[in-house]
Amino acid sequence: MSIAVTELGASTLFRFATAGSVDDGKSTLVGRLLHDSKAILADTLDAVARTSAERGFGGASGGIDLALLTDGLRAEREQGITIDVAYRYFATNRRSFILADCPGHVQYTKNTVTGASTADAVVVLIDARKGVLEQTRRHLSVLHLLRVPHVVVAVNKIDLVGFSESVFTEIAADVAAVAESIGLAVPVVVPVSALAGDNVVSVSARTPWYSGPSLLGVLESLPSTDDAESAAAASDSTGSTGLTDSAEPFRFPVQLVLRPQGGLAPGLSADEFRDYRGYAGQIASGSVAVGDAVTLLPTGRSTTVAGIDGPGGVALASAAAPQSVVLRLADELDVARGELIAAAGTVREPSQDLYSSLSWLSPKPLREGSRVLVKHGTRTVQALVRAINGKLDLDSFELEPASSLELNDIGSVQLRLASALPLEPYAAHRRTGAFLVIDPVDGNTLAAGMVGEHPGDSEDERYVI
Amino acid sequence: MSTETIPVVGVGHGGARRGGHRGAGTRPLPEAARLSSLDVLESESIHILREVVAEFERPAMLFSGGKDSVVMLHLATKAFWPGRVPFPVLHVDTGHNFPEVLDFRDRTVERLGLRLVVGSVQEYLDRGELAERADGTRNPLQTAPLLGAIAAEKFDAVFGGGRRDEDKARAKERILSLRDEFGQWDPRNQRPELWNLYNGRHTVGQHVRAFPISNWTELDIWRYIEREGIELPSIYYAHEREVFERDGMWMAVGPYSEPRASEPVVAKTVRYRTVGDMSCTGAVLSSAASVADVVVEVAASTLTERGATRADDRISEAAMEDRKKDGYF
Repeated sequence: MSIAVTELGASTLFRFATAGSVDDGKSTLVGRLLHDSKAILADTLDAVARTSAERGFGGASGGIDLALLTDGLRAEREQGITIDVAYRYFATNRRSFILADCPGHVQYTKNTVTGASTADAVVVLIDARKGVLEQTRRHLSVLHLLRVPHVVVAVNKIDLVGFSESVFTEIAADVAAVAESIGLAVPVVVPVSALAGDNVVSVSARTPWYSGPSLLGVLESLPSTDDAESAAAASDSTGSTGLTDSAEPFRFPVQLVLRPQGGLAPGLSADEFRDYRGYAGQIASGSVAVGDAVTLLPTGRSTTVAGIDGPGGVALASAAAPQSVVLRLADELDVARGELIAAAGTVREPSQDLYSSLSWLSPKPLREGSRVLVKHGTRTVQALVRAINGKLDLDSFELEPASSLELNDIGSVQLRLASALPLEPYAAHRRTGAFLVIDPVDGNTLAAGMVGEHPGDSEDERYVI
Repeated sequence: MSTETIPVVGVGHGGARRGGHRGAGTRPLPEAARLSSLDVLESESIHILREVVAEFERPAMLFSGGKDSVVMLHLATKAFWPGRVPFPVLHVDTGHNFPEVLDFRDRTVERLGLRLVVGSVQEYLDRGELAERADGTRNPLQTAPLLGAIAAEKFDAVFGGGRRDEDKARAKERILSLRDEFGQWDPRNQRPELWNLYNGRHTVGQHVRAFPISNWTELDIWRYIEREGIELPSIYYAHEREVFERDGMWMAVGPYSEPRASEPVVAKTVRYRTVGDMSCTGAVLSSAASVADVVVEVAASTLTERGATRADDRISEAAMEDRKKDGYF
């Protein structure tokens, strides 16, 4: 699949991650995707072929151990461990892909959460010989919790069950049943052999009973979170959640105030820019147009958008997530980094009480009474851990009592913030519902946080300002 | 204090449903908002540049005159418009640079009104704080002057033009990468990077390396150079040069790379895919004389950029990883 250069200008960007244990053939699948889409260049392939030969590898993939393509660091090769997430890149005529290659078992929810937090889609592997396991339910539950826009299931090793249609149909039905039981949109399911290449990049003749696209074909056609129109159109047909950043109400965390005065870029006229005051940021969700009414948070003041300057000062009539822009406002207001500019009438009263799900990423356990930092949007505030309401049993996905959270736990935690933040439930707002928990002592990231429902949220219209 | 049980977000049928607040702020997306991959990469890079400038006291940007740093600096001019780029640039000069590239560096700094900080490998050699290597390669010697400049200037964040597609060690690198007081990278102890919330917290003596173009590929860089009309040093385009072949690479004849008796000098039409130390950077045979030609050539290439032209990465299978652990970019 060589890339037609003329097509590239229009190509979109799609981010996806993989979930599955090594036994499911995840490394081989990733290697196969990269290899068959011609993302692996000759010198890299030569190096992998040499190592494969030294290890006595042979077989269906032409003597190359595709898993070695994802086996990067010295420590990983020497000790057989895998270190966190690696990012890989490939492109087809339709799309550029960023693949977050997440190692490990789903018990290491840390890795899955990290890779999936930015993903448009996650590919979950199931071994065709084993079918839907408790582990599959765990994968799907965590991805549902993270509100990954699209979940795709690859039933791998279909060659080892004789390309059996009935095996595949049964697994697909089981996947659908699990998805329905946890409230997840039914995923697209593709039969593949990562080792032999069936239905990974091109459609296989050995599964004539399967009429759908290859795995890559699915990934090429799923709407990205950056493309609201196709997402909305596809939400009914592809099992998508329809959850896209650009279809949400407008949210804009202010990164910094651009008031250049004396420090103007060379060539610009001091007269023209003397009074320039713009608010720089990346649109977290939704879209904005000149003339729109907006609300500033946490103060609740309102004004309208007087101008939108794109990168380098291009005047825009409107802009949408995830564009980085500079907004100019109609009124002279003192807005600072950390504030949020939002579409008027769509936000709630900021709150100091944060009810959340935390995915605990640190070996240092979380205890009630701890002091932490919360980074939400462009704002970092102090916080106190008021209560740990329980942690998820990753097998039943029920909340069980707990007084602390350990590495890889997901728990329900109540925090009290030093200042009120414009909190929104993660389930409806993937960008503005996410936050980090940071250790105030050494600065390390302790947890991925997702804002939960605030008690009383069901009568939410009262909170709209 | 409330002790009610709060359901964990979104699990099961009872979890939160989206859509409750979609009414007022939702509108059909304007056509202009259908963003190309380059638009999305540009926005992400600008977001990272602004985050670092907002959260750090003394950032600086590594600038070598190579294509990646040129694109990164161009992104900075767009991120802070109408202000000037709000930090100095730092060049670690191996003393073996291509004169065209040094000239380009100086013109760029002048044009944008920037302050240039130079960390000089030659000065470290002259003072006896570094020793020349037997193979003559100076790229691995850059780490000490780099860390020296960071300490002397008290930089707390340094932007680098590293891309994750360049090398398997860089594929594991975070966008914001914490370095200890020795500048070391510890791949086993990296902070997880979640959503687009970058954690720049550090203690005194530590600093952060920030990689705004992590997610760009070599082809993205060239397509962006074409789209934006960005000027590069002339050695990126086909020109005739006296070269000799060593280890399958075409090395320029010059004061820092002399052919051995067994290596005949020939005139070839070449260009450079990367710009580094003359002693370890090879040229590729190419007739690509314009940006458009280069885009076509890079899209069709069957060799990685570093595999084709960087001798320092051939030292061992983990050469880049080992240098990064020591404090290199």
